Amino acid sequence: MDQGFTIAAYVVAAVLFILSLGGLSNQESAKRAVWYGIAGMALAVFATLVGPGSGLWLLSLLLIAGGAVLGVIVATRVQMTEMPQLVAAMHSLVGLAAVFVGFNAHIEIGRVAAVYAEAGLQFPQVEALTGEVAETVAAGFRGFAAIVAHKTAAEINVLRVELFLGVFIGAITFTGSVIAFGKLAGRVTSAAEKLPGGHMLNAAAAVISVLCLIWYFNSGLFAPLALMTLCALFIGYHLIMGIGGADMPVVVSMLNSYSGWAAAAIGFSLGNDLLIVVGALVGSSGAILSYIMCKAMNRSFVSVILGGFGGPAGEQQAIEGEMIAIDADGVANALNEADSIIIVPGYGMAVAQAQQGVAELTRKLRAKGKEVRFGIHPVAGRLPGHMNVLLAEAKVPYDIVLEMEEINDDFPETDVSIIIGSNDIVNPAAQDDPNSPIAGMPVLEVWKAKQCFVLKRGQGTGYSGIENPLFFKENTRMYYGDAKASIDALLPKVG
Amino acid sequence: MKIGAPKEIEPGEARVAMTPDSAQALQKLGYDCVIETGAGAAAGFTDDAYKAAGVEIAKTAAALWKASDVVAKVRPPQEVELKRMREGQLLISFFWPGQNEKLMELAKSKGANVIAMDMVPRISRAQKMDALSSMANIAGYRAVIEAGNNFGRFFTGQVTAAGKVPPAKVLVVGAGVAGLAAIGTATSLGAITYAFDVRPEVAEQIESMGAEFVFLDFEDTQDSSASGGYAAPSSPEFREKQLEKFRELAPEMDIVITTALIPGRPAPVLWTKDMVEAMKPGSVIIDLAAERGGNCELTKPDEKIVTDNGVTIVGYTDFPSRMATQSSTLYSTNIRHMMTDLTPEKDGVVNHNMEDDVIRGATAVFGGEITYPPPPPKVAAIAAAPKKEKPKELTPEEKRAAEFEAFRAQTRTQVTLLGGGAAFLLLLGLVTPASFMAHFIVFALACFVGFQVIWNVAHSLHTPLMAVTNAISSIIIVGALMQIGSGSWLVILLAALSVFMAGINIFGGFLVTRRMLAMFQKS
Repeated sequence: MDQGFTIAAYVVAAVLFILSLGGLSNQESAKRAVWYGIAGMALAVFATLVGPGSGLWLLSLLLIAGGAVLGVIVATRVQMTEMPQLVAAMHSLVGLAAVFVGFNAHIEIGRVAAVYAEAGLQFPQVEALTGEVAETVAAGFRGFAAIVAHKTAAEINVLRVELFLGVFIGAITFTGSVIAFGKLAGRVTSAAEKLPGGHMLNAAAAVISVLCLIWYFNSGLFAPLALMTLCALFIGYHLIMGIGGADMPVVVSMLNSYSGWAAAAIGFSLGNDLLIVVGALVGSSGAILSYIMCKAMNRSFVSVILGGFGGPAGEQQAIEGEMIAIDADGVANALNEADSIIIVPGYGMAVAQAQQGVAELTRKLRAKGKEVRFGIHPVAGRLPGHMNVLLAEAKVPYDIVLEMEEINDDFPETDVSIIIGSNDIVNPAAQDDPNSPIAGMPVLEVWKAKQCFVLKRGQGTGYSGIENPLFFKENTRMYYGDAKASIDALLPKVG
Repeated sequence: MKIGAPKEIEPGEARVAMTPDSAQALQKLGYDCVIETGAGAAAGFTDDAYKAAGVEIAKTAAALWKASDVVAKVRPPQEVELKRMREGQLLISFFWPGQNEKLMELAKSKGANVIAMDMVPRISRAQKMDALSSMANIAGYRAVIEAGNNFGRFFTGQVTAAGKVPPAKVLVVGAGVAGLAAIGTATSLGAITYAFDVRPEVAEQIESMGAEFVFLDFEDTQDSSASGGYAAPSSPEFREKQLEKFRELAPEMDIVITTALIPGRPAPVLWTKDMVEAMKPGSVIIDLAAERGGNCELTKPDEKIVTDNGVTIVGYTDFPSRMATQSSTLYSTNIRHMMTDLTPEKDGVVNHNMEDDVIRGATAVFGGEITYPPPPPKVAAIAAAPKKEKPKELTPEEKRAAEFEAFRAQTRTQVTLLGGGAAFLLLLGLVTPASFMAHFIVFALACFVGFQVIWNVAHSLHTPLMAVTNAISSIIIVGALMQIGSGSWLVILLAALSVFMAGINIFGGFLVTRRMLAMFQKS
């Protein structure tokens, strides 16, 4: 089939992808929207397979089928608490694929150049070749190589920059995602670790990459490309190693964005508009998610990526009072007497796998006619929207799971707030103490509820390493223990 | 060690310092408990109930004092009791060390240690053992009940077939713990409640309990945080103004409950004779400050009198004892919390740590020495109200100017960004071939569409969004498919790997998204 059909199919696929992202604006339309995405993808693959220049049909289909089997197995087995790892692992595949496709583009340029040389022609030509000579030279090529064969010198130069960028971003995405996966899956320490030299190493690697670009641009050799790839792999590894566990929402969305930009860069080098459109969509989606996460922590993107909290701006306010512990009976009594309850879950709930217990508690309390709602901070968990998915899995209806802005004004009229495994996102110091490292970060105002119960393992501090005055407030009681065991102990006493 | 609670020997005292519940909690701390027979009878706790809780019963007071290492009491000890004490024995009770120097001397000579429950410092950590507050709470509640008992009408207003009943009007003077409890009880009975206090910062608490704060327009108001949350004596001018206000209110009020006390001083007289005379017949005054002379000029401690114009003035001093079950429960819990702090190891041995602010503050006699008065606590009772600077009120012109300035700045940044971006693009267009720019238009527009679409995505769907963008970004498979037909085996290999990986991603990504979205259920 000819080029026209393929491009028409790409237009339809691009529209379907946009609709599939747009449909995520609410839960019901999202269920339909995901089918748009599937249809778009099927159409794009089909059009490419039947389009001009492709070959090895059977091999392609077999490989896709093989990938499908693996993909289906992974997708059906994965636990919802493991979603962050899965997303990170998938990013790494996209990154690696981008690197490979970029390399291929380089190799194809080399092959075309070799054929030109054989025919006694200069490659690349200043003006695109026309007529019989061009046909004879290009006749030996199919697909991408055929396109390359028709390119002028200026276009080949642009192509080199594009594929260079594609490989660079793809390589960073690859190692970055692998490390992020390791950190989220607990196989790599989740603490922030840097090699001696810190960000100077990253800067050096980046400078080498830029030098490589100039070298590659002028010579077209493989060596600068390979050297740059090594540098980019190192940057990806080292950058993400230096970021702590609780900043992972930003990291994962950043990598999401990068995988999109890598696809877009590859799209430029292949001259494929569909790749460009989808890459831009995914890239901007990840960028917006990163922006939302950073905003929710009141930190700049750069400070998150470079790691570490700013030091305290001055003497921090001393905390008065003491932490008062309470047992299951006390919490159960308060819950039985309360009319309105807000639950604020955090990463601790996911770690302890307590979401089923929390959902059961919610059902029991709601059955008694109490108003139970959830308040979700944008950075709760290890992935944007992580808590929502966990609660949805435990069959908590999504209309009682609210965002921070939606619920923050309701705390003063609430009888009981329960904090499960979160710390910094409910720290009143962010509002009260201008010298706190997290000053200005938007937080859930749980302390305004009449009573506040904190489910926590021990007396430690949160990710930011600062004390939480909430635990010392007069209306706060600490209910120590593993979140799952604590909730299970509560269940028979409630209702 | 053994904790014992004797029967109170003060006539009319019905409370007891240990209940079966608190005894069980004390046993968890490692202590053995003993109680004098019949000690809890007046508060509704039988000897059998104690026995069931594992408490030993002592036949006589003497046996109890002898058996116990720690003695918990309610009322300050009398000389007879102190004489029974021995060296190292610990007494925990109300003591009023300021007024009971003789008793302190006696305890000192016996070598006994004394913790005065009334001296527990008012810091938030010590609230759980603040017996004064828990007793005041009961007194406040009981005051309203007592008033209702002596008042011939309903509290709440009603419209009945037999006619309309106006609601009672209650004035509470002094919004400490007792005052607030009285306010809460009176409003929940349906009365229209007014409350007054010299500390303006309690207005919020008063209003939160449903009463109306009687506002006194006076310049020099006091900040109670300097005096540990208690009221301090006020200036004569202030007092005049205050009395004037009360005079104005007196004829309207049906019930007046006074709770005004200043630590270490006789109660201030706030309700004078002429105010009582101005009140309607049948009105009731409950004077909770009667023990210290009373806030009302006519109060007679421990008595109920009726004035010539038919106003009942109740001057009982034993309100908590009149609700002995409740007050014993709360007081014994206060004692238990004190013991918890005294037994950090939970090993049944008292560790009298004089470095601890709370324990040091409450100890009146220790180690053969009188330790009263204690040094001021290290932690201030209530944080001083931070001085708030009022934000400057902007005039409408200034506001408009500021808005205009902000708008201009916004325009400036937007124009700069657009200009810079456009200039960059134009320069790029100069050096790059047309085919690149054609793709670039697509890219720029796709970014715009992406930003518009993604902003509308619900926050709760961010994880599905990431999974679906993941699947979609596998569109890179299209690039690999374009290359797989190449003549070079290396290209074929790399392309084949890419197709395979993208295949995993496409199916895995879409499937997991479907799984997640299917879980989102509406209630």
